[in-house]
Amino acid sequence: MSRPDMIKDYQGLAGWSDVGAPVVKSGQLIETNAGWRTLRPVINAEKCVFCLQCYLLCPDGTLVKDSGKLEVDYDYCKGCGICARECGFGAITMEPEED
Amino acid sequence: MSNMTILNARNITNEELFFGHKACAGCGGSLAVRLAMKVIGRRSYVVVPANCMSAVGFMYPAMSFGVSGLCCPFASTAAVLSGITQAARQLGEEDYYVVGFAGDGGTADIGLQALSGAVDRNDRIIYICYDNEAYMNTGVQESGLSPYGTKTTTSPEGAKKHGANPIKKNMFEIVAAHNIGYAATASVGYPQDYINKVARAKAHPGASYIHVMAPCPTGWGAETDVTTQLAREAVDCGLWYLAEYENGEFRLNKNPKEFKPVKDYLTGQGRFRRMREQDFKIVEEQRDAMWAKIRKNWQTA
Amino acid sequence: MEARKEFISGNEAVAIGAMLARPQVVSAYPISPQTIVVEKLAEYVESGLMKNCSYIRVESEHSALAAVLGAVATGARTFTATSSHGLMYMAEVLPFVSGSRFPVVMMNANRALAVPWSIFTDQSDSMMLLNSGWLQVYVEDAQEALDMVIQSYRIAEDPAVMSPIMINLDGFVLTHTYELVDIPAQAQVDKYLPPYKTGNKMSIDQPLGVCIGITPDLNTEFRYRQHVDQLRNAPGVIAGADREFGEVFGRSYGSQGGGLSEKYRCEDAEVVLVTLGSISMTARTVVDKLRDAGRKVGLFKIRFMRPFPMQDLLSLGDQVKVLGVLDKNISPGYEGTVFSQVNSALSRKANPPRTMNYVGGLAGREITTRSLEKIFSEMLGMIRDGKAELPPDPNGRVKFINMRWEDHE
Repeated sequence: MSRPDMIKDYQGLAGWSDVGAPVVKSGQLIETNAGWRTLRPVINAEKCVFCLQCYLLCPDGTLVKDSGKLEVDYDYCKGCGICARECGFGAITMEPEED
Repeated sequence: MSNMTILNARNITNEELFFGHKACAGCGGSLAVRLAMKVIGRRSYVVVPANCMSAVGFMYPAMSFGVSGLCCPFASTAAVLSGITQAARQLGEEDYYVVGFAGDGGTADIGLQALSGAVDRNDRIIYICYDNEAYMNTGVQESGLSPYGTKTTTSPEGAKKHGANPIKKNMFEIVAAHNIGYAATASVGYPQDYINKVARAKAHPGASYIHVMAPCPTGWGAETDVTTQLAREAVDCGLWYLAEYENGEFRLNKNPKEFKPVKDYLTGQGRFRRMREQDFKIVEEQRDAMWAKIRKNWQTA
Repeated sequence: MEARKEFISGNEAVAIGAMLARPQVVSAYPISPQTIVVEKLAEYVESGLMKNCSYIRVESEHSALAAVLGAVATGARTFTATSSHGLMYMAEVLPFVSGSRFPVVMMNANRALAVPWSIFTDQSDSMMLLNSGWLQVYVEDAQEALDMVIQSYRIAEDPAVMSPIMINLDGFVLTHTYELVDIPAQAQVDKYLPPYKTGNKMSIDQPLGVCIGITPDLNTEFRYRQHVDQLRNAPGVIAGADREFGEVFGRSYGSQGGGLSEKYRCEDAEVVLVTLGSISMTARTVVDKLRDAGRKVGLFKIRFMRPFPMQDLLSLGDQVKVLGVLDKNISPGYEGTVFSQVNSALSRKANPPRTMNYVGGLAGREITTRSLEKIFSEMLGMIRDGKAELPPDPNGRVKFINMRWEDHE
């Protein structure tokens, strides 16, 4: 697992058991960031040469290279567009999110 | 150095240890933290003072760092790092890394004293200053690292002056003047250079310092997709540089034959909107004076 | 190391106490009159007397407590020491430590705050930080200082308390006075004080975020928990730690009465004086002298300001007509801090005594037996026909003692 999973329906807030010292488990996510996006990056697999420049430059780590083919984690991509702007091969386009 | 594997996009771990955070879209600071954490890895402790990275990373009950982290008093990043590294050692921990991420204000202004103390003690800590040239978390106020002419909420455009006055404080050389074992400058626009410098800091047995230029599109008045491009342009026009300090010597990693025009870099950002031709000239003069010294005194690539 | 007796200063007693408690990280910055503690601890670490301990030489008090914060957050037992302006300078870090529920033990040499500058003692520094979430104990002599360093770890690290402790010693009067002190054997201390174990720490195997931010909808619950743990649990833990200390070392500090305070000859007293710290020793002799003369006076010595000995104050008999509070600090424009705290407690009593505030001993000004006798006789004089008559002007109930000049009016 290269990135944490979101805990759906987080239940930790009920009662004292979770409320001793103010600490939090590392790598714990309880919601996504997908709602921030107005534009979404779309990868054209034919143009992508897997140079991974976009992978290095993504502030959110939402370009995924695990499978050996470039993918986007749309749960956490905020749609900043850095990947599309930096791609030297025109392989990523920013397309409007549909409502 | 020579026998260390050169890190690149292909061989760097897939693992994300700063993920799901709430930083603005296109945030350069979060990119600096994300890349550094990939290099430093799981066996680490992170310290972040009151700044954007703590505000967007430690949001109970969510925590975007995948490793242990402490959100410390603004002025105290380096001192807390020292405490952690000594405690872990006394508790018998082996093969661990202690890294701090503070901004320009948290490093060059309020955190400078503690940083000076920690570097002087040469505790085994990695201190990374992500520089976005103003206090961004509080809504863009001038810091000691805001360059000439930066418009911030505390260096407003007015009749008397327009924007920040002084030359950017030279943190890299201030730290080097402590005889630190390893220090470097970097830019999120040159990520491969940056991650390899983080790897060198990680391998260094004493205190190490990296000063990484990390544009803030929100505070700089730029689109979210130009962050890394701006970071690269700053280097290419000579307003920032990629260098290292090791064994008492400064080494320039990139020595541009000719600089791209500063005007193109500056006019692309809302924070320099008020600048006129005479201001560009002042910036160029500052740049040329800095580079004359660098090229005279430092080892050059 | 074997048990022994040594003629040492209060500062050395603190340093030896800290050494015996086996902290793993010590970080401190020198300031008069605490400096000897720093010097001694650095020496103990260097000479190997303190094994498995790092001494972090910092550039300020802010960094001293910050380094300790980092260390305790990693699970280490820690110690620091400061005084006065040093305490003020580290003040920002105090609630980080207490809010995180980290059991740091700190020695504070009570010293005046500028301006006027003075290196001499009063309690303005620690009183200003009553709300910092740290437990506060005020000791009376070097032996108690050493013993309380050891006891403090037991109290602070107790899972029911999980709060830092500030051990206060009157500057110079205690820190620099030499006394014959019983130094316990290391083996005995180890028996009393096992190594610090906690889940409230960062680690590599179980990574945790600490010193975190929490939004308004959950923030109060954490503060409430801190509050009730100190209010409900700390008094019992303090008494228990003292009782067990007595069993192991043969000395204890009032655990039969709870240990938060000490009542001296209060049983039938009509006038009681409240003190804390080193002046209590003088006050006891004055009480004895007045008792010999047939006066019904007593002493209420506060040991802990946090948790506050409210129940002990409430259990004073109804025959107490006038209760005076001797404050070695002043909240300018109002009254002494201890006076406010005592009045607040007594307001919960059905038939509370009337109260007077005597402010003195500021910035090292001596409080003599004579001035204490004067205070007692003034309070005794306020009782007429079994009733207390206090100065009609409410502000007249706050009096500065031993003034060179009378009131400026």
